[in-house]
This record gives sequence, structure tokens and C-alpha cells, in this order.
Amino acid sequence: MSVGILCSRIRVEEKLLFEAFESLGVAVTRLDEREITARVGDYAAPVDVVLERSVSTSAGLVASMLLEAAGVHVINSSSTASVCADKIRTSLALAAADVPQPRTEVALSPEAALEAIERLGYPVVLKPPVGSWGRLLARVNDRDAAEAVIEHKEVLGGVAHHAYYIQEYVEKPLRDIRAFVVGTETICAIYRTSPHWITNTARGGQASNCPVTPEIADLCTRAALAVSSGAGGVLAIDLFEDPQRGLLVNEVNHTMEFRNSITTTGVNIPQRIAQFVLESAGVPA
Amino acid sequence: MLQTECVECGAALELPEDVMQGEILTCGDCGAELEVIELEPLTVDLAPVEMEDWGE
Repeated sequence: MSVGILCSRIRVEEKLLFEAFESLGVAVTRLDEREITARVGDYAAPVDVVLERSVSTSAGLVASMLLEAAGVHVINSSSTASVCADKIRTSLALAAADVPQPRTEVALSPEAALEAIERLGYPVVLKPPVGSWGRLLARVNDRDAAEAVIEHKEVLGGVAHHAYYIQEYVEKPLRDIRAFVVGTETICAIYRTSPHWITNTARGGQASNCPVTPEIADLCTRAALAVSSGAGGVLAIDLFEDPQRGLLVNEVNHTMEFRNSITTTGVNIPQRIAQFVLESAGVPA
Repeated sequence: MLQTECVECGAALELPEDVMQGEILTCGDCGAELEVIELEPLTVDLAPVEMEDWGE
């Protein structure tokens, strides 16, 4: 049984993952998606199981599909990745599983987007359906801002920006929760605290430990199962604490960053991921 | 420590022995993001600019 990590850019996380496999006595092959060329229907992958860690969502997804077609077990699967990579698909999967989430509207024209925004009521948050690290999120407080953002998306955005993903703004307590799921278990969580409404640590949010309550664990397991067709995976679930409704699932990430969460939580996240990959591949860890 | 120089400003760079191909470094002098292209010989180049679909 041979193990690979699919990545191009080696972030802190990838380095820690390579070290984690090494500490478990497992040699890992590095697969760089930029170097993959595959004849369709005739691609022999050099490994049996792959942990997908590409910084590029689209490249990671294509490479995963090629690897799966060659019989490789990929974590997370291309199916899970395609759901998580697209916020519209994530919301649909969560809704189908009755997982609580912020009220969300999807619209496919500027006129419909404006109607949807007014139906939700201000403020709302517009997000690119595919995007990360808090890029291009827009909190829209009134109709003037709504019209401006919509026009900018129509004129300056690519076709992907012409699908409007609109969420109610949740009045959260200056923080959200990021929980880490490995398999179907919530192994740890952090609060991400910021005076700014965008709390991503990539945008300056401060991490502190968040005890995993039974409620957090249950909700995260349900969210992980919902986006993975019941398979589970290696996922980061972002939660809002709504004063009235309790916990809501905001997003699910499939190639999560965790550098700020190991010391904070005291949980060796890369080691847990490596152990899960080996167990999935049938290797006793 | 391994040594090379920044392709942007020419400053001397010291890299740890366990540096990996594909690792991203920041030049302490000019702040350029650099990617380790090769280990032998040690070669760095400007790192790719962040793309719209990059993330986690």
C-alpha cells in the first residue's frame, strides 16, 4: 500500500502532514498536480491512496478525478470536494440533510439577485460561489450597496460571479467557530475572534480553543455526512452562534488549513489526518 | 543552512536543511514570495501569484 499527498504549494500544513506520515513510519510520495498528464482511460497512478491538498480548488478536483479513475482512493473524494468547493452545492447538500444553516438565496440574474436580497432583508452577505480565504465577500447594508455590488459583479466578474449566492447576515458574537472533522469525529475546534465581520484567520481572526460540546460534535458530524454522501472525510466546518437559533453551519472546507489550531487546541491535527488516511487505506496505524 | 539568493533583489537567503521542493519562502529583504523549484541545485523563483480558486 503506497500513500501520496497531492499538492503543489507546500504550506505549513503540507509540511506538517509529510512529517506526520514520517513519524508513523510511512513513506509518502509527493504528487504535484502541475506535473500530471494523464491519457484518459489509461492512467496508471503511482500510489494507492492520496490525500488531496492542492491549494488550487479546480486543479485539485481534476487531479482527484483522474486519480479516482485510475482506482486510487482519494481523501477527500472528488465528489466531496466538488460539493465543498461550491457554496451553492454545499447549501443544497446541507438543506437536503436538514442541517441548520443561515437563510440563503441563489439567483441567476441581477434583477433576481436584487429581489432575493430584499426578500432576505438587509444586511446580507454576497459570496462568490467558489472562493476562499474571505476573498470578495461583500456585506451589503442597503439597496444602494446592493445595486453597486451587483453591477460590479456583472461587469467585472467572470461567469462564475453571475450566479449570486446571498446569505442573511448573522449577528454573531464577534466570532465564529471552526471545527475540524476527521472521518466523522469532531476532533477539536477553535473560536475565530475578530472585530471585523470576516473572521477568517487568513484575514486576521484570532484563534482560541473552543471546547467540543456534544451539540457541536453532533452538528459537525451531520454536516460532514451531508457533504460527503455519508462517507465522512477530512473537513473543516465553520459554525455561527445565532442568538435565537443556536448553531448554524456556514461553510464546509475540504482542504483545510490548521496551522493556528494545533497549539491552540492541543490536538495533533496532522497526525490524526495521517492516521485516518492510513486507516482508510487499510493500513493499521 | 542552505544558501541561495533572492531572484527579485539578490539578497542572500538562508534556507533550513529540511526545505522541500514547492515550499514557499518570503525574502526578508524585499518581501518577495519565492517558491523552491529544485533542491539540487537549490533553485528558487518567484512564487505563482494567488489565483481566484486558491484556498482551503
